[in-house]
Amino acid sequence: MADQGEVKLLKTWSSLFGLRVVWALKLKGIPYESVDEDLTNKSDLLLQYNPVHTKVPVLIHNGKPICESLVILEYIDETWSQNPPSLLPQDPIQRASARFWAKFMDEKALPSMWQAFTKKGREQEEGLASIAEKLKLLEAELEGKKFFGGEEIGIPDFALGWLVNLVPVFEEILGLKIVDEERHPSLSEWSRRISDIRVIEESWPPRDKLVTKWAAIRDHFLATARASSG
Amino acid sequence: MSGEEKVVLHGMWASPYAKRVEIALKLKGIPYEYVEEDLLNGKSEALLKHNPVHQKVPVLVHNGKPVIESCIILEYIDETWKSSGHALFPQEDTYRRARVRFWADFIQRQLLEKFIVTITAVGEAREEAIKELRKNMELLEEGLRVNFFPEGIPQYHFDDQKNVRFLDITMCAFFGLHKAQSEFVRTTEIIDLQRTPLVFSWVESLKEVPVVKEVLPPHDEVVNLLRGFRQNAVGSSPQV
Repeated sequence: MADQGEVKLLKTWSSLFGLRVVWALKLKGIPYESVDEDLTNKSDLLLQYNPVHTKVPVLIHNGKPICESLVILEYIDETWSQNPPSLLPQDPIQRASARFWAKFMDEKALPSMWQAFTKKGREQEEGLASIAEKLKLLEAELEGKKFFGGEEIGIPDFALGWLVNLVPVFEEILGLKIVDEERHPSLSEWSRRISDIRVIEESWPPRDKLVTKWAAIRDHFLATARASSG
Repeated sequence: MSGEEKVVLHGMWASPYAKRVEIALKLKGIPYEYVEEDLLNGKSEALLKHNPVHQKVPVLVHNGKPVIESCIILEYIDETWKSSGHALFPQEDTYRRARVRFWADFIQRQLLEKFIVTITAVGEAREEAIKELRKNMELLEEGLRVNFFPEGIPQYHFDDQKNVRFLDITMCAFFGLHKAQSEFVRTTEIIDLQRTPLVFSWVESLKEVPVVKEVLPPHDEVVNLLRGFRQNAVGSSPQV
């Protein structure tokens, strides 16, 4: 096994992007030090190592920072390629497909969910329609497979991890069903499979804290919208 | 490389994303068939079949199998045609690979997409986008200097095509047309020689690389295209 070097992860207690990196590090058995940031009071470390965005997560390996969660995941996979599991398929066509779906989760699915969650009225309806459409595509892609990359868990699965622990929180706050067994049998089965993975299941932030946090976020966005429109 | 290789690129003359792929294929000397897609009036059946999710260009079809998203296609090309031309990504140094991917993502989301907002938005949203674009170009200047060209860009650097790689391609396929783009952002040059001299010299020298020159659309055609987008955004008056 390659010399680990020093690995530090800057994240927050609840960041869904930080969680992805935790899973990759734990699954590959890479020891690391975790630092939970308070984003209202960013540490010098964060400001120094991510001057461009000052966002989490940041992985610091032997003093060198890597930013952006999907970039970090590929870095981990390539640097600790000797540690199973591989986070991307070996075949170049399948790799390209896995990368495509990971991007889709972040660039299409997540923004739709965000709109559905932070808006109300017609804008929320549009967001809900959008996330429904994205979930249909994901359901179709997943059909017949254990994970998005095939037999093994990988980067696209990590990128959709928020579906498993956060969407139920959103559903509770909104009083709406977004994912259900009937419309999304493959995604529902996949969610259970993800939750069965010990390191993932252990890493979920406490649900009640998440409900409090996200309810406050929704209130904030609705209040801001009211203020700017009246 | 095996005997029967069929490579088809579905692109569009003004798509910077398709241009990235063309530049990469040409740099690596990979023969390909090009299909110009008419995105407004009738996408080809092949495009709809190979990219049902987004129905966009570029799509690279290699022996019948599609690859989509320009940066993903470039990674695919580099992984698949290892012995053709030169490597587009750093090979051994995973940290450098991460840096290159980070800055490619930055160019995409903080520069290219911001520029598009300056064309499609009006009023305050547009002003905000212009400010952010300028700020982000300065961040790129710093990032370029710190990570890639700490001593500046050597003269004749890109005369050697092997020095044109992933990040260079990602940038020049779009911002190679910065002069045309600047005509639509009246308050500032998109890439200001005084403020961002390194980015300026980077893009200007990349524009002169024969493969890039061959692939990029003419200045006037880009101006007309952008004028069309701007007019759509603001109605009859192009100058807002």
